[in-house]
Amino acid sequence: MLKKIALGAALSLGLASGPALAAESEAHTNDYDFSFEGPFGSYDQMQLQRGLQVYTEVCSACHGLRYVPFRTLGYEGGPNLPEPQVRAYAEFYEVYDESLLDGEGDFRPAKPTDHFPESSLSNAPDLSLMAKARAGFHGPYGLGINQFVKGMGGPEYIVSLLNGYTGEDKEEAGAVLYENTAYPGGWIAMAPPLYGDDVTYADDTEASLEQVSKDVAAFLMWTAEPKLIARKQAGFTGVLMLSVLAVLLYLTNKRIWAPHKRKVKDSVPGE
Amino acid sequence: MAGIPHDHYKPNSNGERWLHKRLPIVGLLYDTIMIPTPKNLNWMWIWGIVLTFTLVLQIVTGIVLVMHYIPSVDQAFASVEHIMRDVNGGFMLRYMHANGASLFFVAVYAHIFRSLYYGSYKEPREVTWIIGILMYLLMMGTAFMGYVLPWGQMSFWGATVITGLFGAIPFVGESLQTWLLGGPAVGEYTLTRFFSLHYLMPMILVGLTAVHIWAFHTTGNNNPTGVEVRRTSKEDAQKDTLPFWPYFVIKDLFALAIILAVFFAIVGFMPNYLGHPDNYIEANPLATPAHIVPEWYFLPFYAILRAFTSEVWVVQIASFLTGGIVDAKFFGVLAMFGAILVMALAPWLDTSSVRSGRYRPMFKWWFALLVVDFFVLMWVGAMPAEEPYATISLIASAYWFGYFLVILPLLGVVEKPLPQPATIEEDYASHYAPQTGGTKTIVNPAE
Repeated sequence: MLKKIALGAALSLGLASGPALAAESEAHTNDYDFSFEGPFGSYDQMQLQRGLQVYTEVCSACHGLRYVPFRTLGYEGGPNLPEPQVRAYAEFYEVYDESLLDGEGDFRPAKPTDHFPESSLSNAPDLSLMAKARAGFHGPYGLGINQFVKGMGGPEYIVSLLNGYTGEDKEEAGAVLYENTAYPGGWIAMAPPLYGDDVTYADDTEASLEQVSKDVAAFLMWTAEPKLIARKQAGFTGVLMLSVLAVLLYLTNKRIWAPHKRKVKDSVPGE
Repeated sequence: MAGIPHDHYKPNSNGERWLHKRLPIVGLLYDTIMIPTPKNLNWMWIWGIVLTFTLVLQIVTGIVLVMHYIPSVDQAFASVEHIMRDVNGGFMLRYMHANGASLFFVAVYAHIFRSLYYGSYKEPREVTWIIGILMYLLMMGTAFMGYVLPWGQMSFWGATVITGLFGAIPFVGESLQTWLLGGPAVGEYTLTRFFSLHYLMPMILVGLTAVHIWAFHTTGNNNPTGVEVRRTSKEDAQKDTLPFWPYFVIKDLFALAIILAVFFAIVGFMPNYLGHPDNYIEANPLATPAHIVPEWYFLPFYAILRAFTSEVWVVQIASFLTGGIVDAKFFGVLAMFGAILVMALAPWLDTSSVRSGRYRPMFKWWFALLVVDFFVLMWVGAMPAEEPYATISLIASAYWFGYFLVILPLLGVVEKPLPQPATIEEDYASHYAPQTGGTKTIVNPAE
């Protein structure tokens, strides 16, 4: 539906619009429950660690997380890894450092202050903000209350996508496309990345396809919105303080106006 | 000030007298804050304070955001992510600033429609009205340019589409568009000049706010009856009014606290509700997003822009008469700006001698239809340009113009207004303390 909006915009303004507009199909996103949904939801630390594992062992082969510094893996509210583990994890990656070899630059093992590398494939989008850059089922035009309770549906979209492969593929203009029920247009260039049992979890969680995709979706929600918990706390504090203030101002207002609004039955002077 | 007789500031100490002789600033503040205000103002008169507060909120959060933002096509998007992740409280600053724009427009639309219903635009408040419309235009410009700064996909393509509107102007359009963009397409120079203007325009808004307040402090506030405050004597004026402080300040702050509680709930729990997911993808001139749609507050006028296609006979006539100079595209642009222009001309298009819609039985219905029309336009603005939306948006656009250009002038002639109260005091007394004849029971305010 929204694509047609663009069609309208493009037509009325005489702008060149792309073949993207032709892709109109019923992409379907399922609703999944996540611990971080709702006004009091927060991240499940163990789930984020599992998601990090899935990302590391599967996604990172092609995709990057350019906006995420390694150090944040140790932050409270996130995966909350111990510092030595963060350091050891970062050293898995090699980053290019311009200052090495007298300014010529060279690769070195990453430090916690470095960011995750960018995508290694040019057509693999960066995943840092993916959970916010895709709205699954409600938003931005969904009902406000729906979004209030369930979020934007970004992580849901990711899970639906990873579970949405039908097994069909086709070749088009030299590229193989895979049919996917969650992807707008129905055919995606990414081969099915997960099949279930792709990773072995240390905490003995069963690595079913749905579990693995939910874990990585939760992790990607955290990479997109690392300050989610702090934000909800700030929101809650704000609403609480302003409600108290509103009550006080209501009473003040009533009191100030009382002499000017007094009806005859309670017009006793001076209160 | 206000032409309403009232007590003026008197310096009481030597220090105050010393300053007052040299700079009567305390007196100015006193007169501003103590202005006699019609005591029957209802809850639709709170939006001015909400707007003033939001302007300050936007400027304060904006100034801090600028300290961390880099206006360059390579770094703008990354610097916004830096704000969201590394700057202390940066995520709150940015979400408050982004949602603050929406709060601003909610308030300004409520403020505008209040003026339209209670006839606040009418003589003698035309100048206040015109300045208000200018402020609204500046707000739209500021909001649009601010949306470009994060340099996401919607920023880039929104800028491309909107500046394309100027390209539709015959003869000078293309040069104008290039001049606005600082180049042939949206790019580095577009970003830096939008950044500069996004910082400048709110400062002009502050100035216009002062003039706006000055103007209505000169004429006095309108009120729900539309009946003027009596200026015959100070005693009469005092029966119609109460000083702004503390009566209306506290009332407005109470309303503001409730509105801000809702605002904080949105910022805290669903900050991206009113945004577009595509703006979390960095701008890419080579990839057109599947759907380019403006922010919600532009949708009604965006709908008017799109409504006039080349199939509409008005457009065909205009095109024929001008030898093709006014094509559908340019007509749409004219219609969009015209929609705001006819609103600005309301003081002269409305021929009724009665100010408030409360005493205009026919006007009430047409006005209600205008409000519905506004929401219909907002809705079709987000819909695809195909049937039935194209027809709906054309009818809704036609009504918008019809209301201002036909209905307002005609109503003043054909409508028989209801009797109005003679004074504000009378109206107030009919709501409060009817048996005692209004405010005669006033003793000391509590305590």
